[in-house]
Amino acid sequence: MTTAKTKIGRRSFIKRSSLAGGGIMLSFNWLASCKMSPEEVSQLPEEWFKINGYLKIADNGQVTILSPNPEGGQNIKTSMPMIVADELDVDWKNVIVEQAPLDTNAFSFQFLGGSQSIRRGWEGLRMAGASAKAMLIAAAAKEWRVPSDEISTSAGILQHKASDRSATYGEMASAAATMKVPEEIQLKDIKDFTIIGTSQKNVDGHKIVTGQPLFGVDTFREGMLTAMIVHPPAFGLKLKSIDDSEAKKMPGIKDVFTIKVFNDGYEKAFFDTRTFNEVAVIVGNSTWEVMQAKKALKIECEPIESSTESRDRFGRKWEEHTPSGLESTTNHYAQMEALASNTATVKRKDGNPEAAFKNAERVIEATYTAPFLAHNCMEPMNFFADVTDEKAELIGPLQKPELTEQTLSARLGMPIENIDIQMTRLGGGYGRRSYAHWLVEAALISQKMKAPVKLVYSREDDMTDGIYRPSYRATYRAGVDKDNKLVAFHVRTGGIPQSPLHQNRFPAGTVENYLAEDWTIDSNLTVGSFRAPSSNFIACAEQSFLDEVAEAVGKDPIDFRLELLERAKNNPVGEENDYDPERYAGVLKLVKEKSGWENKEDGVSRGVAAYFCHNSYAAQVLDLKWENNKPIIDKVTCAVDCGIVVNPDAATNLAEGGIVDGIGNALYGEITFRDGVPDQNNFDTYRMIRMREAPKKIDVHFVESDVSPTGLGEPTFPPIFAAIANAMYKATGKRHYRQPFLKDRELLG
Amino acid sequence: MSKFSLKINGNTQVVDVDDNTPMLWVLRDHLKLVGTKYGCGIAQCGACTVHLGDNAVRSCQIPVSSVGDQEITTIEGLSENGEHPVQQAWLEVDVPQCGYCQAGQIMSASALLKRNPSPSDAEIEAAMNGNICRCGTYTRIKKAIKTAATATENA
Repeated sequence: MTTAKTKIGRRSFIKRSSLAGGGIMLSFNWLASCKMSPEEVSQLPEEWFKINGYLKIADNGQVTILSPNPEGGQNIKTSMPMIVADELDVDWKNVIVEQAPLDTNAFSFQFLGGSQSIRRGWEGLRMAGASAKAMLIAAAAKEWRVPSDEISTSAGILQHKASDRSATYGEMASAAATMKVPEEIQLKDIKDFTIIGTSQKNVDGHKIVTGQPLFGVDTFREGMLTAMIVHPPAFGLKLKSIDDSEAKKMPGIKDVFTIKVFNDGYEKAFFDTRTFNEVAVIVGNSTWEVMQAKKALKIECEPIESSTESRDRFGRKWEEHTPSGLESTTNHYAQMEALASNTATVKRKDGNPEAAFKNAERVIEATYTAPFLAHNCMEPMNFFADVTDEKAELIGPLQKPELTEQTLSARLGMPIENIDIQMTRLGGGYGRRSYAHWLVEAALISQKMKAPVKLVYSREDDMTDGIYRPSYRATYRAGVDKDNKLVAFHVRTGGIPQSPLHQNRFPAGTVENYLAEDWTIDSNLTVGSFRAPSSNFIACAEQSFLDEVAEAVGKDPIDFRLELLERAKNNPVGEENDYDPERYAGVLKLVKEKSGWENKEDGVSRGVAAYFCHNSYAAQVLDLKWENNKPIIDKVTCAVDCGIVVNPDAATNLAEGGIVDGIGNALYGEITFRDGVPDQNNFDTYRMIRMREAPKKIDVHFVESDVSPTGLGEPTFPPIFAAIANAMYKATGKRHYRQPFLKDRELLG
Repeated sequence: MSKFSLKINGNTQVVDVDDNTPMLWVLRDHLKLVGTKYGCGIAQCGACTVHLGDNAVRSCQIPVSSVGDQEITTIEGLSENGEHPVQQAWLEVDVPQCGYCQAGQIMSASALLKRNPSPSDAEIEAAMNGNICRCGTYTRIKKAIKTAATATENA
C-alpha cells in the first residue's frame, strides 16, 4: 500500500457544504432522462451525503462521482470516475457519473488537452476515493468502537470480522460525511485494483445512441434567441462597415450589429487567439431564419495594418507579429523554401556535425512539407449565454474552462464569482475548443440583447475562421560512414508561423554529431493547438526520413531504430534526451511481434513508424494493398506504452481513433489559400476520411506496465502519418514528401 | 409562413414555418428533437440523417414543404428506449467517442439493415460513405452493423 499525504490535492478534499449530521439533498436530474421501472423507483435513494468534492453517497449505497474534466470523446467521463471508484472500493454497477461543474476550488485541473486528463488527474482521483473510504471506515470504527485498521472494505461493504459486524456504505454515509478529512491516506497496491484495468462502457452511451441532448448546441431555454456571426472573407482583412438594411427586414430577425471580441489594449492570454476581432452578428428567432439573413447582410472590409502585440503565456510575455497583406499557399511554400536555405537558430548541437558531414561516405537528404489543417469538429463552434448586469451563465463545449472564465471576466468586467460556466459534452475538440472566443462572443451578444442567446457557427464560418494547424517544412540530412554507420544527423525545420522542432527527441542522443535548428515565418493566418501539436508533422518527417536512411544503409527499419535506441540506452550522446530508450524500444519490439513483421503476406506493402510524445510511446505497422492507384489499408497493428491502462476497451477505441484520424489527415487533409481566402469551406471541398478508406482492421496492444498512466488522446496520431507514407513507398517505389499524400480531388467516390 | 402537419415518430406535429425550412431545423429548433445533428448543411457529412419512409435521407436537404404525409423517423423515434438492434449493437461494441455523428450513423445503418439484413463489407462501406466520423470510429461502426445484422438474423 502507498501512503499519500492528502495535502497535495488538499483543496479538493475540503468539505464545502455544512453537512452537520443531516447531509444534503441533491438534484435528481440524472434520472430525468431515463425511463424507470417501478422497482427502480422504489430503490431511489432518500438522501445523498457529500463526502468530498468528487463524490456523494446515498443512503441506499449508490455513489455519484463527479467527472471533473471536459469530455470530448476520450472517454474520461467514464475513466476518471473509475479511478475514484476503485480506491473507494465500490461496485461500478452502483456508480452514477455526473459532469462536474467548473469549480477551481474543488478541482485542480479542469482542462482538456495535451493528453493530460488521466495523467494529471491520477493522484487526485485516487485520493478522492481513498479519503472517502477512510472517512467511511472512521465512521464505522466510531460507531462499532473498534480500531479502524481492523475494518475491511469490499464492493461498498464495511466489515469488522472479529465482531462479525458489517454495514453498507449507504448506512454509514451520513456519519462519514461528518468525519474529519484524513491527513494521510493509504492508496491501494496496483495488484489490488478491481475496476482500473477492466473495460467499462461509456457512461453516456445510452444517451448518445438514443439522441438525447448532450451537446452545447442542444441547449434551449425559454425566450432564447439564435445568433450567428459574419466575419471578413479573407485573412488580412477587417470589417469596415456593414449594410444591414436588407438583413434586418428578413423574417424572424431581431437585430444586426457588430461586436469586438477583445477590447483594444487588452493583453491576450495564451488561448485568447481571435482571427477577426470585430465580427458582424445577426440575431433572430431560429437558425434557418438567421442563416437566410446572413446571406442578405452586406459587409465592407479593408486591409489590416501590420501590428505587434504583447501577449501573455502563463506569466511569460511574448510579442506576436501580424503582417498585413493577403497571403496565398503558393507564396507560403516559396517563402518556406527560401527561408529554409537561408537562416535558422541552432537549438542543439552535439559533436562536430559540419566536419562529420564533410567526412561522411554518403549524405542522404530529404525535405518534407505539410499544409495548414482545419480541426473540423463535427459539432460546429457554439455556446449558450445568458448575461445580465449581475451574472453570466454560459453553457457549452470548451476545453479550457478555467482560463476562458478569466478571459470572460476581464471582457465583461464581471467578477469570476458571478460567472457560471457549465461544460457540455464536446462534439469533438482536438485543440480547437481551447480557443473559446465564441464563448465571449455569445456573452457579448446576450448582454446586448438582454436575453438568453445561443451562438452557432455555420460549418463555413467554423472552417474559415482560422486557428489552424500551422504549415511546416523540414529538411533532414544523415551522414553515414563506409561501414554504413550513422555518424551525423541534421534537422532544419520551421513553419508558418511556428516551428515544430523538438531538438531533444529521438534520434537526438543516438548520433555523435547532431545539429537541430529552426526558423519561423510570420503570418496573419491564426494557428492553434491541433491534436499532438507540432508532433503531428515532425513525427512524419522524422520517421519517413529514418525509413529512407535505414534502406540506404541496408537495414531493416525496425532493427535500425532498435540499434539507435540501444546506443541511447548504453551510451547516450548529450544529457537532455526527452525519451526513455527502453520504453521506446519496448513498443517497437511489441509491434514487431504482434504484426508478424518477419512473416509478411504476399501482395501486402508494409510501413513502420514509432514516436514518443505527450508522455506516451506508440509504434505502428501499417499493411496496405495498392489498387486502382489508391491504398486499401488492410490492417494497422499498434503498440502503445502509456503506463497503467485504466479502461482498456475505451483506450483501444481512442488509439484506433488517432490512427484513423491520422491516416485521413495524411492522405487528404489540407486547407489552402488564395489572396487570403480559404479554398475550402465545407466538406464538399475539404476532404475527410470515410469508412471505406479506414483500415479494415486495427489491432491495438498495450505494454503491460505499473507506471502511473500517461495520456492517449494524442500519441497514436503522429506516427501513423509516417507508417502510411512508408507503406505507400513500398507499394509504389515513390517516397512521399508533401502532405497530403493523395492529391486527387475526388470527394465522395 | 405556412402550417405543416407532419408525421414524426408516430405522432402528428404541426409547425408554422417558412416553406423552404429544411426538416433539420424544423426538428431541432421547432420540435426540440435535437438528436438529429447539424454538421455541414450541404448533405456531405450525414450528421442530420433521418428516415423518410424507409429511406435514410439528409434532413438538411429536405424542405418541410416537400414532406407531405410521408412518415419521418428520427433517432428519438427509432425505438422506445434504445432497444433497436442497431442501438444495442452500438452499445455492445461501445462505438462512440465524441458521439456527435453517431445518431446519423445509426439512422444510416438501420435503414441499410432494413433493406439488406446481411450486408457485405463493401455494401456497408457504400451505404455508410455519406456519414463522416471525425473521431475515426469507422472500424467499430462496421463491427456494430455486423453485430446488429447477426442479432436480427438470430431473432
